[in-house]
Amino acid sequence: MREDQFTQAAFYAHLAEHRLMASACTNCGKKFLPPRPLCTACYGEEMEWVELEGVGELQAFTVVHIAPTAMLEAGYGRDNPYCSGIVKLENGLSISAQILDVDVTRPESIVIGTPVQVEFIERGEGETVKTLLGFRPAT
Amino acid sequence: MAKKVLGRGAAIVGVGMSKFGAFPGQSSRDLFVEAFKELHSSVDKGFDPQSIEALYIGNYSSDLFEGQGHNAPFMADWTGLAPRPATRVEDACASGGVALRQGILAIASGMYDIVLVGGIEKMTDLPTSEVTDALATASDVLYEIPAGFTFPGFYAAMATAYMHRYGAPQEAFMRVGIKNHDNGALNEKAQFGTTIRQVMQGKIAKAEAKGKPVPTWADEMEFLHDERANPIIAWPMRLFDCSPISDGAAALLLVGEDLAKNFTDDPLYIIGSGQASDVALHDREELTTLKAARVAGRQAYEMADVTAGDIKVVEVHDCFTIAELIATEDLGFFKPGEAFAAVEEGLTTRIGPRPVNTSGGLKSKGHPVGASGIGQVVEIWKQLRGEAGERQVAGDLDLGMTHNVGGTGQTCVVHIFERR
Repeated sequence: MREDQFTQAAFYAHLAEHRLMASACTNCGKKFLPPRPLCTACYGEEMEWVELEGVGELQAFTVVHIAPTAMLEAGYGRDNPYCSGIVKLENGLSISAQILDVDVTRPESIVIGTPVQVEFIERGEGETVKTLLGFRPAT
Repeated sequence: MAKKVLGRGAAIVGVGMSKFGAFPGQSSRDLFVEAFKELHSSVDKGFDPQSIEALYIGNYSSDLFEGQGHNAPFMADWTGLAPRPATRVEDACASGGVALRQGILAIASGMYDIVLVGGIEKMTDLPTSEVTDALATASDVLYEIPAGFTFPGFYAAMATAYMHRYGAPQEAFMRVGIKNHDNGALNEKAQFGTTIRQVMQGKIAKAEAKGKPVPTWADEMEFLHDERANPIIAWPMRLFDCSPISDGAAALLLVGEDLAKNFTDDPLYIIGSGQASDVALHDREELTTLKAARVAGRQAYEMADVTAGDIKVVEVHDCFTIAELIATEDLGFFKPGEAFAAVEEGLTTRIGPRPVNTSGGLKSKGHPVGASGIGQVVEIWKQLRGEAGERQVAGDLDLGMTHNVGGTGQTCVVHIFERR
């Protein structure tokens, strides 16, 4: 991975190091999450990495019972549903992520606006292990 | 931006659609032929298919669903129209509506006089998990799919935001499903030709016949609250909140408006067209509205020089019940946060003041994704011409609208039709 490429490969490589990284335009300062290589605010072409604290609040969520193949392979499904959500972070940035440590058997108990903090999810085994982005209620 | 106008108007002079449903053994080209045959016989004054000059075919993913790419030339070939140019148009579930817009632009440009616009999708050959995966590729596969989102999940997330912001109950979503099944039960082309009450009564009868414990649902709402009868797909969206997996095709014959009367005395003039794109769901300022729908709707209203109050019938993209509520707010039929109460009051039924999805919508009619946007136009054609049979809306209907959404709302295309 090249540090000057603001790609999904770089984003996930940073996650593997347990760092949530956004790109920021060196001209106007606008931040992008997921990172992207061109500033769509000022068309500045130079970006730099900024590390996010990874705290925010739950903006919307669902508890998925009918899961896609990747989640079925991870052991989820009708008998083991999971929560996915959208989290609003600092600087107005938002991102999609799995939401951990919430009561998926009682979705009514999951509250929009709940403060959350980043949690790095290791999924897969051996060569195929990948670090994914998650959040859980802040402690 | 200045108001957009077409260089030349376009009109619809014939329509056709296959039944929507699950049809083992029939490929998308077979279904397209069914739609084409009906279209051929629908043109009041008749027409020679060989006069068609070009095809625009809306299709989301025959590649993933049928293992067939490059399908537009097959639609030309199976309808005897090769070597005419045949172009596939893809914008996820808005592919059909966007294909119509491409046909309109082709006529407006002066390039063609007579264009065949189609929509096709053949989804039921794959198991549900693979259909879920295929549909998911219409979202952000780099960042949204790793979060575990599915399409029901995206709209469910919008539903939680809507419930949180406006205090809408889950029953409002259920009301949308009940209404659309009531309408679809009167549509012979619908995948589900039954009301939810009939589904419930069928299950009771089945239990009685088998000597099993007979469920004691008092009405549809109790049935829909029953976890076993109406399981969660992605909370708060349950089975009866979700459009089905479907096969189907639909087609329109589109001509320059100056030529329309050569084909029929009763054409549908397309007086408004709008289309917009949007960012991924998590990047949006608000999750209780689709900006692309508001922008596309505004473009269409401005071009047509009409307002929401002028529209008599509308087909909106109810891929999930929450989507219908948001759509009717985005198009200005109800104020933000008021659509759920309107549905509970019955304002959007066939006999209400604001009929929405008289065809049964995607929920009941079926959602063969690339065909859905064209199927919506077929319903507006029938309603405005007074040919909708038992589900016909009363009164002199002069203006109709379609609202077709791709993905999580990253595409929306809106059209307004006039009968003069």
